Amino acid sequence: MSDADDPGFTPNEMMTIAASRALKSDDVCFVGIGAPSAACNVARLTHAPDITLIYESGTIGTAPDVLPLSIGDGELCETAVTTVAVPEMFRYWLQGGRISIGFLGAAQLDKFGNINTTVIGDYAHPKTRLPGGGGAPEIATSSRQVYITMAQSKRGMVEKIDFFTSFGHGEGSDHRERLGIDTAGPTLLITDLAIWKPDPVTKEFTVVSLHPGVTREQVQETCGWTVKFAEALDETPAPTELELKTLRDLQARTKAAHAGIAKGKA
Amino acid sequence: MVKFLSLKEAVAENLHDGDTVAFEGFTHLIPTAAAHEAIRQGFRDLTLIRMTPDLIYDQMIGLGMAKKIVFSYVGNPGVGLLRRARDAIENGFPRLIDVEEHSHAGMANAYEAGAAGLPCAVFRGYRGAGLAAVNPNIKSVTCPFTGEVLAAVPAIRPDVTFIHAQKADRKGNVLVEGIIGIQKEAVLAARRAVVTVEEVVDNFDDLHPNLTVLPSWTIAAISVVPGGSHPSYTHGYYERDNAAYLEWDEIAADRDRFQAWIKKNVIESSADDFAGRVEHLRKAA
Repeated sequence: MSDADDPGFTPNEMMTIAASRALKSDDVCFVGIGAPSAACNVARLTHAPDITLIYESGTIGTAPDVLPLSIGDGELCETAVTTVAVPEMFRYWLQGGRISIGFLGAAQLDKFGNINTTVIGDYAHPKTRLPGGGGAPEIATSSRQVYITMAQSKRGMVEKIDFFTSFGHGEGSDHRERLGIDTAGPTLLITDLAIWKPDPVTKEFTVVSLHPGVTREQVQETCGWTVKFAEALDETPAPTELELKTLRDLQARTKAAHAGIAKGKA
Repeated sequence: MVKFLSLKEAVAENLHDGDTVAFEGFTHLIPTAAAHEAIRQGFRDLTLIRMTPDLIYDQMIGLGMAKKIVFSYVGNPGVGLLRRARDAIENGFPRLIDVEEHSHAGMANAYEAGAAGLPCAVFRGYRGAGLAAVNPNIKSVTCPFTGEVLAAVPAIRPDVTFIHAQKADRKGNVLVEGIIGIQKEAVLAARRAVVTVEEVVDNFDDLHPNLTVLPSWTIAAISVVPGGSHPSYTHGYYERDNAAYLEWDEIAADRDRFQAWIKKNVIESSADDFAGRVEHLRKAA
């Protein structure tokens, strides 16, 4: 790529920043680790300073200076408004309906926003045993809305997921309502190439905005199902200088903080 | 009556082959020293319960000590997969283990039900989730007042729970603070509980009245093991050794390297070695 083609940001940076823009100061966001955590903290450090970030370790209203490696890093507790026990977190705060946005990543995703983080292959005899759901099965159904963020790949975005770890829109249409689930489910998918929203009727994720320089072909080539595009397709605004600087500073602080040397180890 | 014992004695008195045991800790306060003592004493056929089985269960499973694992997230937190657990589940190495998998909400509710003396927990969960189809212990009940169908899971009642905590007073009351996880419920749900602590102080007279204190009579044994949760952390004492979690991913990826690591860092080590492992992680007071 010549300098003239260099947009000045990476697809992953665009993904994190596009995801951060979806969050508002009055959101109460249950944060998944990894890409969601970066997006939520960029939002907090830019346009949504009053956002309430909640991690499943029980930390409510946390404001970490560096991104946590795990959902239970000490930094989360030290900067939180309060820290509650794990059963209280899941019973009162999540099940109690206090969470406006559940922000999840995915190992495998289908076009209806169903997520698999449990196994690749058969459950009883898995080809790859992944970590499993953790808090996600209930985050996906008890949060008022769910945002999903992941980098696109044919292995990750598939026609049929191997296991329903977290229920999205099931087989589409009114499947959630038929199961008695009264929350909206996945309403937004942000990838490294595009922004997707569910079709109002079928609930199939549809591309509504391409990131700068991205083509329809690129989106299709990195997705395992036949992609639907909205009639009026937007272009995602490129990251601003402030957004990029905030993200890069956060990642640099995080890298420095996690680069400790393991003493007393083989 | 709580006893102050060496870790070796506390583990030998309270853990037995075939027990259902929880070594709890939610990223914070993981009772690593107690788990390593259990490894040195060579227990077999354990049913291991833990919401987030991380390095210590990877180690115990990799050594063939477990016949069953009950969990809700079998990962290396923030790093990725648990490679010894994967080898057991995918390849039956070094032995096949039974798997009972829940969500965090399911496990947390089940521990709470255990502490509350209830036979089961009832909550709004597992809706549309595949786990309900593969775990026969996930069932449903209908609310007699509203007709809502809710999830039900059996209460967790470990034979013994191990936790790590900040401190005990001389009477044997225990303080847990910071990210308190599921520790209180795991202790109160168990028939016996063993606690490792960073230190013993004269009394708790100056503590805030609402802190999480486990009264001495809820605990069978206390052992003083400074650094006992490394590479996890103890809030107020030392930080999480994130580099060790990253390094574990490489150690556990290889069966021989894993065995060599266990020999050097567990079998040929003792509880006294933990203090040195956290020296570089202690904050300037």
